Amino acid sequence: MTTTEHGPAGHADAPDAAHDAAHDHPTEKKYWIIALILGVITAFEVALTYLDLGDAVAPMLLMGMVAKFFIVASYFMHLKFDARVTRRLFISGLSLALFCYLGVFMMFRQLGPRSDRQDINLIETGVPQR
Amino acid sequence: MAAVAVEHGSEEVEHQAEASGHAHPPTNTGISNDKVAMWAFLGSECLLFGALISTFFLYRSRAPLGTVKPHDVYDIPFTSVSSFILLMSSLTMVLALSAFNRADSRRAMVWLSATALLGATFLGGQIYEFTVFIREGMTMKTNPASSAFYVLTGFHGTHVGIGVLMLLALVILIRKGRLTPERAETIEIAGLYWHFVDVVWVVVFTVVYLLPL
Repeated sequence: MTTTEHGPAGHADAPDAAHDAAHDHPTEKKYWIIALILGVITAFEVALTYLDLGDAVAPMLLMGMVAKFFIVASYFMHLKFDARVTRRLFISGLSLALFCYLGVFMMFRQLGPRSDRQDINLIETGVPQR
Repeated sequence: MAAVAVEHGSEEVEHQAEASGHAHPPTNTGISNDKVAMWAFLGSECLLFGALISTFFLYRSRAPLGTVKPHDVYDIPFTSVSSFILLMSSLTMVLALSAFNRADSRRAMVWLSATALLGATFLGGQIYEFTVFIREGMTMKTNPASSAFYVLTGFHGTHVGIGVLMLLALVILIRKGRLTPERAETIEIAGLYWHFVDVVWVVVFTVVYLLPL
């Protein structure tokens, strides 16, 4: 591993603790446990699609997705243990994408009530609704 | 005077790094420029895949009546197995890096090959899925929903393909002795790309396949 937040004198933007943490990566046993957790969440997500839980399915699926995303990013990509600059770079891109495309969804009325969604109207009638 | 202090600081960092058994590059961030570049690239990839996923989300129901929509032809159990295979390839990737950091090149090659094999299996599954969908009448040109589906999953598949080639190249380099444990960061950087492809699939699988219309 070649990760640290120590810079040359005058660029000390990280404490010593961060340096120690940078090398405190999970053990192989922990990686296997993390993979098992990821597998269980995936199985849970798939099971959800077969259960008739109504409107509760979508939020639960999204929660599972976010959990898996952060587990892989934090432990397998070592974001949790790496230098702060890597986190900043990745989170900048991710936040920019989220804000940008949430704006697009709002523009196309994708986040409103189901009856107001253009795509649902289109699928039910075959023609765009005004 | 300040320049001397900076130079002294760099030497001190390198000395500390050597003492702790890690070779820290003398950069302002303390991590190598290659790794910073990979993270910046992955940050930009969030925007690319964000655009493709949003487009699919907006168009997923845009299909004239009577044409086949992606949701009509999905085979969830099959895609779930593919997703599990890709998730497990992230595990074999970190195990490869862990082995290489311990200077266990042989085991690192085994894990890297396993990662490439799992990636290739996922790709094979995707190609099979595409052929089934086309046979069932959903082609790229059938409707906006099918176009958005093929563009998104096709782009992701291309990324997986590039990743598989990258992994095989690493195996060959290690085998030829041109990649030694002192340069383990090369594997770490390739691993970052691989894990990113995995997290993108985590989002694609939920948003494209599992979320109800």
